[in-house]
Amino acid sequence: MSFFGFKGGVHPHDNKAQTKDELTVLLTAPKMVYIPLVQSNPAIPVKPLVKPGDSVLKGQKIGDADGMMTVPVHSSVSGTVKKIEDRPYPVMGAVVPTVCIENDGQDAWAELSKVEDWEKATKEELLAVIREKGIVGIGGATFPTHVKLNPPKDVTVDTLLLNGAECEPYLNADNRLMLDDPRSIIEGIKIIKKILGVNTAIVGIEENKPRAIAAMKAAAEGTGIEIQPLKTRYPQGGEKQLIKSILNREVPSGKLPSAVGAVVQNTGTAAAIYQAVVNGVPLIERVVTVAGKAVKHPKNVKVPVGTLFSEILDFCEVDRDRLYKLVLGGPMMGLAQFSEDTPVIKGTSGLLALTKEETNAYETRPCISCGKCIEACPMSLQPLRFVQLTLKGQYKELGPANLLDCIECGSCAYACPANRPLVESIKLGKTKLREIMAKK
Amino acid sequence: MATLLNMGPSPHIRTSETVESVMYDVIIALLPALFVAVYIFGIRALVLVVISVLACMGTEYVCARIMGQKPTILDGSAIITGILLAYVLPVTISIPTVIAGAIVAIGLGKMAFGGLGSNFFNPALIGRAFIQASWASAITNFSGISRAAGTFRYDVMMADGMAGPTVLTAMKSGQSLGAAIIKNGNPYLQAFLGKMGGCLGEVSVLAILAGGLYLIWRKQIDWKVPVITIGTVFVLTWIMGANPLLHILSGGLFLGAFFMATDMVTRPVTSLGRIIYAVMLGGLIALIRIKGGYPEGTCYAILIMNGISPLIEKYTGPKKFGEVKASGK
Repeated sequence: MSFFGFKGGVHPHDNKAQTKDELTVLLTAPKMVYIPLVQSNPAIPVKPLVKPGDSVLKGQKIGDADGMMTVPVHSSVSGTVKKIEDRPYPVMGAVVPTVCIENDGQDAWAELSKVEDWEKATKEELLAVIREKGIVGIGGATFPTHVKLNPPKDVTVDTLLLNGAECEPYLNADNRLMLDDPRSIIEGIKIIKKILGVNTAIVGIEENKPRAIAAMKAAAEGTGIEIQPLKTRYPQGGEKQLIKSILNREVPSGKLPSAVGAVVQNTGTAAAIYQAVVNGVPLIERVVTVAGKAVKHPKNVKVPVGTLFSEILDFCEVDRDRLYKLVLGGPMMGLAQFSEDTPVIKGTSGLLALTKEETNAYETRPCISCGKCIEACPMSLQPLRFVQLTLKGQYKELGPANLLDCIECGSCAYACPANRPLVESIKLGKTKLREIMAKK
Repeated sequence: MATLLNMGPSPHIRTSETVESVMYDVIIALLPALFVAVYIFGIRALVLVVISVLACMGTEYVCARIMGQKPTILDGSAIITGILLAYVLPVTISIPTVIAGAIVAIGLGKMAFGGLGSNFFNPALIGRAFIQASWASAITNFSGISRAAGTFRYDVMMADGMAGPTVLTAMKSGQSLGAAIIKNGNPYLQAFLGKMGGCLGEVSVLAILAGGLYLIWRKQIDWKVPVITIGTVFVLTWIMGANPLLHILSGGLFLGAFFMATDMVTRPVTSLGRIIYAVMLGGLIALIRIKGGYPEGTCYAILIMNGISPLIEKYTGPKKFGEVKASGK
């Protein structure tokens, strides 16, 4: 158990029992996959490398973009490109160009180039492979991993932290991966350690996953990689909270974790790095937890990137009549989806089919200044002020109120008995505040 | 294309706690004091509480309709104001006076500011202050009503044919405590149990404590506010040469410290702010009691502190995470 901790946070019911002991099942690749030509940063267009009628192999690069801040796109099946058209994308509630590939069912792999002996490879070579294989943070944010593993020259990184906390309720994707394939994670960590040139690597796992902790400890034996049990408290897996909990270092406001000598990676990302470097496999599939009270058979499914939500919901038998909200990711920070015709992307850790009762929807009431949002805030902010100022349109004052330090974890809104529009106000406030700051 | 699903921002789950559940927790916590009031002062105590609650709810309903708001009289807040208003009045108070106090409490103390959450002052205390300003003798008259087969002080007092003092009045004016405490015996124990003259909900420290502990356990109030307030009164009355133990056990201190100084809407929302608030509140109560013209100071002290609360809040924001030097590792 970690001695340190962060202030605030909430204790939602973890709701993990639904799928915690469910073995990961492989979803048969669907007839059609839809792979968005977007990677990490929607502002950077990804150029398609294929055109309708082309046949593609599994793992073949089908799109790439210029610049460091993005990674290439790969096909998750073998088959034929039917068309490239605008389709719903899960993150912006928008539509983006998407490659639609008809699966030929052959499962024919493209030739996979691998690094023969990664221990002899240079940092630059490894980073290039990680980019080429399309590795991004699969915890949800899909930030390009090769960028994160290449911190600015003027900072000294001494510690690699692995986020196995999985503090979001319902989700078990990381938990299952740690149980089912701890070796890949540990091997991946070794590769990351070499890239960063650090000796210390610590994996933080919330105490509510004792089996994952045991499995990881067994796999890490003799490697010098530490497994650190953490208190079950949301948002334990937030980068800044994880660093505080494990290292007792406080990331300065407005700075990156590297400012205190740490780099944080998701455990799943570590496994993906291992697959990419040692086996040459690009990131084309992932484990998704399918849960929520509208799901008849909650499961952890391994699915190809580009599988439509509707296929997965059918597979797990979701009761469409009870389905009130479809959420991509966890219930605390996940994104509500307007359509089932949206594909799984690399950051899709969960697909939650929530019923109305489950969401505990409740009409917004006046703020009674109970202070529960302040208590819950892991960044020690005063969320109720953000709503007051945003609703009054006093956007300029949001800056001094430290709005930009908000990590949008949603703890405040979870804890609010009046169901105030906290996260909405924060998001709107940030947009308005940035507009004002840009004008100056 | 499948049907469009419900959107909305994260988080997609929330606590089961609601404004109503918070308010009803407070109401539950106020019940022990009600039982004691009825036990000591008779059924009229219950009648006064019910009338006060109904008058508060009625006033809120009418104001909300006039203001074009959706009436939410069942959210519990008007009920709390009604109970608290009755609790700070003597059992002898006339029913029209209670209703007038309730109308002012809700109308002027709450709805005039915009309703739930928008008021600056504790509505029940606004109501009490109004009654005290308008009918000063009504609020200090603790005589006249006795329990039918009473064993307590009111019978003694009626036999004497004089209005009995409260403990605080007795201490202030140098009367004997024997007239204020109902039964002979240890005055501290009698005061703790509530066997003394006083307002309906104020007399029993034990009953208030039971409710207060419930609220602390339910995490609805910050224990530091009552503890620091009462502690400050204890220390200051001691320093000023009064009997500190009898001071904290009598009057409205416990009720005020547990149920009014902790009122979410009117106390500072910041943690440090609440501590400063409690210290200043305790100081004011002690000052008014010892140096002021009234024997009791809790009501006015809380109202004054309510007024200062936004100012305290402004300068006591928490130190945000990451407020450290960049080199600090």
